[in-house]
Amino acid sequence: MSKYIIKRILIAIPVLIGITIIDYAIMCLAGSPLEMLQGPRVSEAAVEAKKIALGLDKPFYVQYFIWLGQLLQGNMGYSIKSYQSVSSMIASHLGPTLLLMGVSLIVSLLMAVPAGIYSAIHQYSKGDYTVVTLSFLGSSIPGFFLSLLLIYVFTIKLGWLPSSGMTTLGTEGGAADVAKHMVMPVLVLATSMAGSNIRYIRSAVLEILQQDYLRTARAKGIGRFKVIYKHALRNALVPIVTVIGMEIPVLFGGAVIIEQVFSWPGLGLMTMSAITSRDYPVIMGVCLLSAVVVLAANLITDILYALVDPTIQLD
Amino acid sequence: MADKKKNNNKKIDIVNESYLQTVFRRFKHHRLAAVSLVILIILGAAALFAPFIAPHDPNEIVGPFSGAPSKEFWLGTDQIGRDVLSRLLYAMRISLLVGIMATLISTVIGVILGLIAGYFGGAADMVIMRFTDMVMSFPYILLVLVAASIFKPGLWSIILILGFVDWPGIARLVRGNVLNLRETNFIKSNLVAGMPLSHILFSEILPNTVAPILVYATSVLALSMLDEAALSFLGMGVQPPTASLGNMLNGAESLTVLTKQPWLWVPPGVLIIVLVMAINFVGDALRDALDPNSR
Repeated sequence: MSKYIIKRILIAIPVLIGITIIDYAIMCLAGSPLEMLQGPRVSEAAVEAKKIALGLDKPFYVQYFIWLGQLLQGNMGYSIKSYQSVSSMIASHLGPTLLLMGVSLIVSLLMAVPAGIYSAIHQYSKGDYTVVTLSFLGSSIPGFFLSLLLIYVFTIKLGWLPSSGMTTLGTEGGAADVAKHMVMPVLVLATSMAGSNIRYIRSAVLEILQQDYLRTARAKGIGRFKVIYKHALRNALVPIVTVIGMEIPVLFGGAVIIEQVFSWPGLGLMTMSAITSRDYPVIMGVCLLSAVVVLAANLITDILYALVDPTIQLD
Repeated sequence: MADKKKNNNKKIDIVNESYLQTVFRRFKHHRLAAVSLVILIILGAAALFAPFIAPHDPNEIVGPFSGAPSKEFWLGTDQIGRDVLSRLLYAMRISLLVGIMATLISTVIGVILGLIAGYFGGAADMVIMRFTDMVMSFPYILLVLVAASIFKPGLWSIILILGFVDWPGIARLVRGNVLNLRETNFIKSNLVAGMPLSHILFSEILPNTVAPILVYATSVLALSMLDEAALSFLGMGVQPPTASLGNMLNGAESLTVLTKQPWLWVPPGVLIIVLVMAINFVGDALRDALDPNSR
């Protein structure tokens, strides 16, 4: 097991380095962040001085190695726009995003797992068709459009839920207030994920139900309830683990757009503003962080497989 | 003997049905997908013939500012007096174009890389699959957003960005299929017979993986249309005055539009859902119909 984990980490390292190189190269081709500084009040000399101060006068591969060297010392660089260190910016925005993503993940599983299993057990029934059709609707509705609909209904028409931010301005906040702000973004993120996951879990459970050992269990006459809840569901853990693994990158991406719509003060909002102002160090930091998270999620999923399914051997 | 018998009663026998007939017969079973296909054909035709059926020029100011739906303007007019229905038709044209072109590009890239990785194996496989891992480890939207901010936003850059980002799934799929096919006897016999490589790759292996590629491509089409909408909504996709389903929704971020002028943002949103859902249903039915294991 530990041998496998070490092997996987060793494979992940070149992938990570590759990601940073591609990333850095694309961004250097893109254009200089100094373009954002230029204006009638900024002299040519000041821009030039700034360029040298930021190290932008060096060729891009040199810049990349400087950045990589600093990274290995734990320094992710400083934002060109706000002069804050990237690690502290990420740290201060990470909490809200993790909260949003974690809750959305749990909610989407609460929606997808029971629905998928129900649908598989009652295959070709009316309930099954309804669930599958709804799941298609869930994965076909653009997140931002669902957000607009929800804002229209719950904020404008009913006035129940706030549509932006994480806490009400001018108040202490508190858990209840945050929860209220979270309802709509969580619902949007969870819906879009649950859509495809329901179908995945459904077909996985259908496959399990056709296995020989379940036919044996049924033949023994231990009753439908016990067959399904004791023998089938335990094996459905494998597809559920897969679903969690697949959701992590989707969550990271989805959060960018949803945070933008609901002004949720997380990484997504920070990333969007960094992207529009071409704040390289910040974009690089976020890309690196998300790549690490995705690769780690893949690894953890594979390890979880071995834990929930003893027949899977890792080597 | 048995073969002769089959040939005699060709019309009744399901065994002698051509592949396409089987697929079509199975596809029709899927009621929702059949309806979806009809809807797609109608909407596709409407998009294709937009210049002939649109009541007004989509970019011309023809009516009052933010006029409610009326007899002359079925879906009202937008903030600067353009006809919403006409814009909607042209927007659908653009969104479908982006989706189809992006899907074509990513399918071609995915198929080529998948064929190379699967057939040649070794170092080529290693390099291609690691590269695929890299592209896949990026949160997809983040990659698209970064790319969209770098290149000048516009119709063709969005097509290229989506096309160059969507291929890893197809590459993996093709690679897996090629790995399986390479072990089959008919490919081995081709090798023994000394057939040229291009013949083996494109005339023997590729036709045998077309079905799963087609199914996968429908989901890529649905996804890239959603992505185009999201990007254009954020102002990083198709740029005004060209209408796309996403940038028509852009205005709904203003409170007056959201609360008082639903005709400006509900129709494009609903149209996206209908299009994407229909594509997903068709893809789902195709998956069942093309699966050789289910008869």
